[in-house]
Amino acid sequence: MNLFIDNKSGAPIYDQIYSQIKALIISGALSENDPLPSIRSLAKDLRISVVTTKRAYDELEREGFLYTVPAKGCFVAPKNTELLREEHLKQIENHLLEIRQLAAACGMSKQDIIQMLDLLDS
Amino acid sequence: MNAIEIRNIAKKYKGFSLGPVSLTLPSGCILGLIGENGAGKTTTIKALLGMNRPDSGEISLLGQPLSADLRNEIGVVLDEVGLPENLHIRQIEKIMKYSFRNWQSDAFAEYIKKFNLPENKRFKTFSKGMKMKLGLAIALSHDAKLLVLDEPTAGLDPLVREELLDLLNDFTRDEGHAVLISSHIVSDLEKVCDYIAFLHKGQLMLCEEKDRLLEQYGFLQTTEENLNALEPDAIKGRRVTQYGAEAIVDRTRVPQTFDIRPVTIEELFVYMAKEG
Repeated sequence: MNLFIDNKSGAPIYDQIYSQIKALIISGALSENDPLPSIRSLAKDLRISVVTTKRAYDELEREGFLYTVPAKGCFVAPKNTELLREEHLKQIENHLLEIRQLAAACGMSKQDIIQMLDLLDS
Repeated sequence: MNAIEIRNIAKKYKGFSLGPVSLTLPSGCILGLIGENGAGKTTTIKALLGMNRPDSGEISLLGQPLSADLRNEIGVVLDEVGLPENLHIRQIEKIMKYSFRNWQSDAFAEYIKKFNLPENKRFKTFSKGMKMKLGLAIALSHDAKLLVLDEPTAGLDPLVREELLDLLNDFTRDEGHAVLISSHIVSDLEKVCDYIAFLHKGQLMLCEEKDRLLEQYGFLQTTEENLNALEPDAIKGRRVTQYGAEAIVDRTRVPQTFDIRPVTIEELFVYMAKEG
């Protein structure tokens, strides 16, 4: 598993871990019931704070991407198709927002965008 | 469990008063104590170790009040490593064997090798860096649960400092271990600490989780008028020149349209100390 921490990016460290692990799970690089490194060893290996790492894991657990077995550690949760769909919908929404901004910048109307999409499909 | 709990300790000297200071260090974490010369770092650390008696307040280490027995569990390195001048490392080790209940000869030998310390030279011929390394080797070789280090990186070269930080990082892999470290070299502390405390003129300015600080505060470059238009509470420190203004601001209380870049702990301390 590869994780990269960028101290200069300004993105919160916990958010960097959270989104990278989430991306690994969604892309399938980490599969169901794979063990995740313990909070402490991950923090120490990456030389980041334990408290921060715990925050990232807590967030992932709350969103159902991983589960904890007491005294055993954290594992990747079985893929929840509903959750995945939700995640993809969120991404589409974000892209659409971007499209809307770009379109506004070059004066395209909503109709124009829909037309463009139809053209691509045909 | 908390490795260190300091509640409202205060101490008055002629011309200097400390506190009241309250600090908590959860087990498994590293707390960095930052402050200018004479800010009260060493006074705080000495009070913690029972080397001076605070006028008021309570201290507990590893869940209990300080006692002679508890000293076995605490590894200490102060800025002056005090050992008999005329002894060699092997003779010093003999003393340590009788001083600590859980002395680990193997671990000590390993650190001596790792730090490249000469076994056949007298302590008084050691350089400042070598003395510091020997102090560290001793502190790490008696199965301590809490390390208290006062300015351990002063006088060490960048490579050794990095090595020391790695050691501390590894030391806290064990959830039962904790480290309190003070330093002027703020960038060192920024690399390893989970919590940061600022001492300034005997007062505790803040004690916070390091990453929360880095998230909460940002560095803003703007015009003086813009700065004055912000809520005064949002600004933690400022520097105004005739070409513009720089400030450390609370990100949550500044309009999002401002371009705020990440701040370092060092900038945060310097700006906040100047403002205070």
